[in-house]
Amino acid sequence: MPMLEIKNAELSIDDKKILKGLSLNVNEGETHAIMGPNGSGKSTLSYMLAGRDGYELDNGSITFNNIDLIPLSPDERSNLGLFLAFQYPVELPGVSSTNFLREIFNSRKKYLGEDELTHLDFIKHLRKVAQNLSIKDEMLKRYVNYGFSGGEKKRFEILQMALLNPKISVLDETDSGLDVDALKIVSEGVNNLKDKKNAVIVITHYQRLLDYIKPDIVHIMSDGKIIKSGDADLALYIEKNGYSEILNEQN
Amino acid sequence: MVATTETINQVKTSTDRYKYGFSTEIEVDKAPKGLNEDIIRFISQKKDEPKWMLDWRLEAFKKWKKMEKPNWAKVSFPDIDFQDIYYYAAPKAKKKLNSLDEVDPELLKTYEKLGIPLNEQKMLAGVAVDAVFDSVSVATTFREKLSEVGVIFCPISEAIKNHPYLVKKYIGSVVPVTDNYYTALNSAVFTDGSFVYIPKGVKCPMELSTYFRINEKNTGQFERTLIIVEDEGYVSYLEGCTAPQRDENQLHAAVVELVALNRSQIKYSTVQNWYPGDETGKGGIYNFVTKRGKCLGDNSKISWTQVETGSAITWKYPSCILMGNNSVGEFYSVAITNNAQQADTGTKMIHIGKNTKSTIISKGISAGKSQNTYRGQVQIQKGASNARNFTQCDSLLIGNTCSAHTVPYINQHVSNAKVEHEATTSKISEDQLFYCMQRGLDAEQATSMIVNGFCKEVMKELPMEFAVEAQKLIGISLEGSVG
Ligand SMILES: Nc1ncnc2c1ncn2[C@@H]1O[C@H](COP(=O)(O)OP(=O)(O)OP(=O)(O)O)[C@@H](O)[C@H]1O
Ligand SMILES: [Mg+2]
Repeated sequence: MPMLEIKNAELSIDDKKILKGLSLNVNEGETHAIMGPNGSGKSTLSYMLAGRDGYELDNGSITFNNIDLIPLSPDERSNLGLFLAFQYPVELPGVSSTNFLREIFNSRKKYLGEDELTHLDFIKHLRKVAQNLSIKDEMLKRYVNYGFSGGEKKRFEILQMALLNPKISVLDETDSGLDVDALKIVSEGVNNLKDKKNAVIVITHYQRLLDYIKPDIVHIMSDGKIIKSGDADLALYIEKNGYSEILNEQN
Repeated sequence: MVATTETINQVKTSTDRYKYGFSTEIEVDKAPKGLNEDIIRFISQKKDEPKWMLDWRLEAFKKWKKMEKPNWAKVSFPDIDFQDIYYYAAPKAKKKLNSLDEVDPELLKTYEKLGIPLNEQKMLAGVAVDAVFDSVSVATTFREKLSEVGVIFCPISEAIKNHPYLVKKYIGSVVPVTDNYYTALNSAVFTDGSFVYIPKGVKCPMELSTYFRINEKNTGQFERTLIIVEDEGYVSYLEGCTAPQRDENQLHAAVVELVALNRSQIKYSTVQNWYPGDETGKGGIYNFVTKRGKCLGDNSKISWTQVETGSAITWKYPSCILMGNNSVGEFYSVAITNNAQQADTGTKMIHIGKNTKSTIISKGISAGKSQNTYRGQVQIQKGASNARNFTQCDSLLIGNTCSAHTVPYINQHVSNAKVEHEATTSKISEDQLFYCMQRGLDAEQATSMIVNGFCKEVMKELPMEFAVEAQKLIGISLEGSVG
């Protein structure tokens, strides 16, 4: 029984079909990579998984640990352990990063029936986690994503992932905007969180991320469907040759 | 200051439903209905007032009778029959509750949500707490500490008797009796309120709040507050911490006057959380308040900070008269309306002295079918050379059935003055909601988080413990506003 099972997902936005019968199984402990040309529907897939308003399926099913996700709201899905690192993280002006992080951290603890941390204990914990991702204290005093550089935003996403310790994480182009050093730090951060019980789906355009986060399975997505899956070598092949040959094979 | 037949009835019927009230516990000692000279004499006599005070009241009453109700605000409500109101209603001793078990569980739930510590919960709910938390001794130590430095903080009725010179000199000096219909009415019938006097050079050693005052003595429905700060003095005054107001179903009917002398500072913070009525607009408090501060001395400063979440109708414009040269007026406001609430609120900054400066930051949040209007006036009078004003009005809409209005009036009679006005209206963004919810916050937590962020500039002006409370209150008042 896969941890995440997407069967034949169809989804349209404004009457335009974006996902056209997409299926994907992810098991505990696995790392998947999804690659594919711009506009093929990768971010749409991630929003659909997270339960964003307007991204309801026309057809198909999604289950997570055997639970039907379709009727669940974004926060309920998050509570089950689903995390999405946004391709474009959203700014929350006026909302202090530290407060935001404490709120989401304690709300997760509460859901899990664990003790919430006191302010002081949380700050200690946060400092440690942030340090591992080379995030400076100064950044945590700022408003959530507000005026963050592209790379800072991506790091902040992974910081949240580390705090929430999700069961399945979808990282949507987390590598874009990261400098060489940051790419390494962030990837290590993701790898450190990885264990046999959780799973990661990385959406990326580039092999350089996959040099650090080694995928078990690579999928090629085009025009709303997964058209080919393979091992890590498939990504290397794409890096060298582009998509055209695989796309042609399809037609 | 106004009680309508309608409101009295609404309040009465809603008493059963208003989960925060327990007015059935309170026995009331009241004068007959209606308003005439005899009633005013009755009030004055009950308060054991000197003759000059009674004369002042009677004079106000005479003027009030000739005045017209204002109708320029963007609020609508049934006409008011002033002869169908009780003008004097003092609570007799409350029935003493012996433990929290006797308190309405709904009320406790609210306190809990507000994060009010247990001992305070007991105190607020009127439970005898002598053993655990001696409210009397708290009030006493606090009084002693103040009198050591010469600060006077007492009910205004007491001040009229004990400090007549001060009251006589300043009452009505900031808000004239005939300023508007409601101030005239208030002047005739006010029953209680606070009096604060900060002597020369004294920085008040603690924040003064009605919280203590209310527990000392229940305030009446026509409140009158007078705060005077002498040269170089400073005071921070907190009005109506949310919880004690919850337990009263009376109308808010206040006149607040602040006087700041040379180089002195007054910071006045309000968190208003009266009963707003139900989702359909039935019931709720009419909150018609006149608040004004006068920067009489040079280099003086008055700041108003308000968080308005309650009341069916709010009609309120805390203002500053900047008379002294280099004086500063500030107004920071958050007004939240949900369901059928109507708020028409804002400020007036009257620049008279040279180099006077004012700042207005107003954040309006509307949800449900509510109406939220900002009305602000900036007046730069002749002689106010170099005056500066900066106004920023931001409105946030939640849903499609509410509305926000911004009505700025600017009168400028000086060429080298500078008046800046910025206004924005935005909707709470789907992106932001989704982002927060993806992290596990439910729709209400997420909204409250975003709204608190939107109000940040104002919230940071509130004293610490007040800010925490206000933050939670914002969450509570927006309940049910998002799907
Ligand atoms: N809200 C929307 N309204 C209209 N079209 C949309 C909307 N959201 C997505 N689309 C369209 O859906 C298609 C898939 O978009 P999506 O963002 O999922 O692509 P992607 O694979 O993530 O691309 P990229 O690699 O550039 O990030 C695109 O053609 C896009 O224009
Ligand atoms: Mg994308």
